[in-house]
Amino acid sequence: MDIVKVRNLTKRYAEITAVNNISFSIKKGEIFGFLGPNGAGKTTTLKMLVGLARPTAGQIIIDGIDAVRAIKQVQDIMGVVSDENNLYDEMSGFENLCFCAALYGMPRAQREKRARELLQKLNLTAAAQRPFRTYSRGMKRKLTIAAALIHKPKLIFLDEPTTGIDLESARLIRRLLKKLKEQGRTIMITTHYLEEAERLCDRAAFIVKGRIVQSGRMAQLIKDSAAENKIKLILDGDLEMAPVLQFFAAQGIRVHGVEEVTPTLEEVFLKITNTERGGDN
Amino acid sequence: MKNLIAFWQILKKDINNYYLKPPNISWGIIFPLSWALMQLLRSPGEVWIKELLPGLMAMSVLFGTTSMLAVTITFERRARAFDRLLIAPVRLSTLVAAKLSGAIVFGIFNAFLPLIFGTFFVSLEGINWALMLIAVFLLAALAALLGLLVAVSAREVFEAQTLSNFFRFPLLFLCGFFLPITQLPKVLRILSLGLPFTYGADLLKGALLGKFIFNPLFSLALMVISCVLLFLLCQRSIAKRWIL
Ligand SMILES: Nc1ncnc2c1ncn2[C@@H]1O[C@H](COP(=O)(O)OP(=O)(O)OP(=O)(O)O)[C@@H](O)[C@H]1O
Ligand SMILES: [Mg+2]
Repeated sequence: MDIVKVRNLTKRYAEITAVNNISFSIKKGEIFGFLGPNGAGKTTTLKMLVGLARPTAGQIIIDGIDAVRAIKQVQDIMGVVSDENNLYDEMSGFENLCFCAALYGMPRAQREKRARELLQKLNLTAAAQRPFRTYSRGMKRKLTIAAALIHKPKLIFLDEPTTGIDLESARLIRRLLKKLKEQGRTIMITTHYLEEAERLCDRAAFIVKGRIVQSGRMAQLIKDSAAENKIKLILDGDLEMAPVLQFFAAQGIRVHGVEEVTPTLEEVFLKITNTERGGDN
Repeated sequence: MKNLIAFWQILKKDINNYYLKPPNISWGIIFPLSWALMQLLRSPGEVWIKELLPGLMAMSVLFGTTSMLAVTITFERRARAFDRLLIAPVRLSTLVAAKLSGAIVFGIFNAFLPLIFGTFFVSLEGINWALMLIAVFLLAALAALLGLLVAVSAREVFEAQTLSNFFRFPLLFLCGFFLPITQLPKVLRILSLGLPFTYGADLLKGALLGKFIFNPLFSLALMVISCVLLFLLCQRSIAKRWIL
């Protein structure tokens, strides 16, 4: 079942076509990665999906509802982490979360309970009563993520959630996202950390200059890209490789193991985006 | 119900975050107060003060409301916190109404400051309180809507501030807050007749002093219609300009 269906979506600003006729869908319960270089159109696409930008053309169906026409009808199932930490500076972490909960119509007792719960989950309890303005960058990011989850959304959009936060917190967030997936939530995520995408995503699409150039299951994407298979030999001693490749069987060298090496997603990314950009770097 | 919770919390947040902050409270007070003192020093006397009162009230409303709303909204938009409101399942009209309500409440509060101040000097007998409240409310609503219109047009906070002033100062003189519009040169008088604030100021003057230039019912109707039209206009431009 597709919870998000995007057909021929285009967004043009005055002279820039930020998103150029893209189509993709996201299945219920999966983590979908949206990957591409800076300025590719990831944020613009997310903005159109959540109701912060109006498509120039194309169709967005979310949970069976035409989201271009009736975005307000689907916003209550969506949680949004935008690329900036956009909470209120003068309010405390706790107040910020309660306020966001109120925007989704949650009654007071529930708001406060849920806010405390999330603050704890994200290790922010100690800073709960401090103004948001006094938070470190990483703490701000975490609170922004908490704010998106406050109303237990079924569908979560995250625009570079782990940018600017330390390893420990990034890991915490990845665990949180996995747990959300286990609970049956659907997640769309953009990230520049390809290892993260590789570990997290079930499927992904690559977008370059506003166009989707490749998409599919993560494992498949990686496999497809491996046109030339690499073999890694674990050998005894310090030997030259070339003669080994030709003669190792005949030479009677003991081979401890042969391991197939698939490229990392990072390599796949560079390959795909570089050919599309004309290999300018 | 959902919309109601959101409405109330947005209103409460704005009042706590913006309107109850000391520097902002002073905005609506200092300017009218200094104006009043200036006038008093020029020609003291009970009648004169009472004549001055409606203009001062209208001025407090205008100065407390318009720029406050324009600046706070522009500020929130710059910080992208406003996106929070746009991605929430809250109708745009509810959102706009909540934002306006904060400014209106603040405007009404501001209007009463000169009045309280005035009680030290003049008797408040003979005031049509009901009409005065309605007039203050409508003036505050109109001033808030003007602020919203500024917010829709401005991108930067300083732009919002400048634009508000661009409207406020001329309005002060054109709409009969102090100078009766009958004393304006002909061209300006025609202009003033086209400004809804003129009718609001006249209503307020009438409520306090018992003298109207225009039929109060006509003024009331005109104010209400202006508010509704401005609201619709603002809502439309917001949908167009804020959801890019
Ligand atoms: N409001 C806007 N007005 C004009 N152009 C815009 C606007 N927003 C984005 N763009 C342009 O659209 C293109 C796509 O931008 P977008 O922010 O979607 O990229 P991105 O993939 O999110 O990049 P990054 O990885 O840097 O976040 C860019 O060329 C950008 O300059
Ligand atoms: Mg981006």
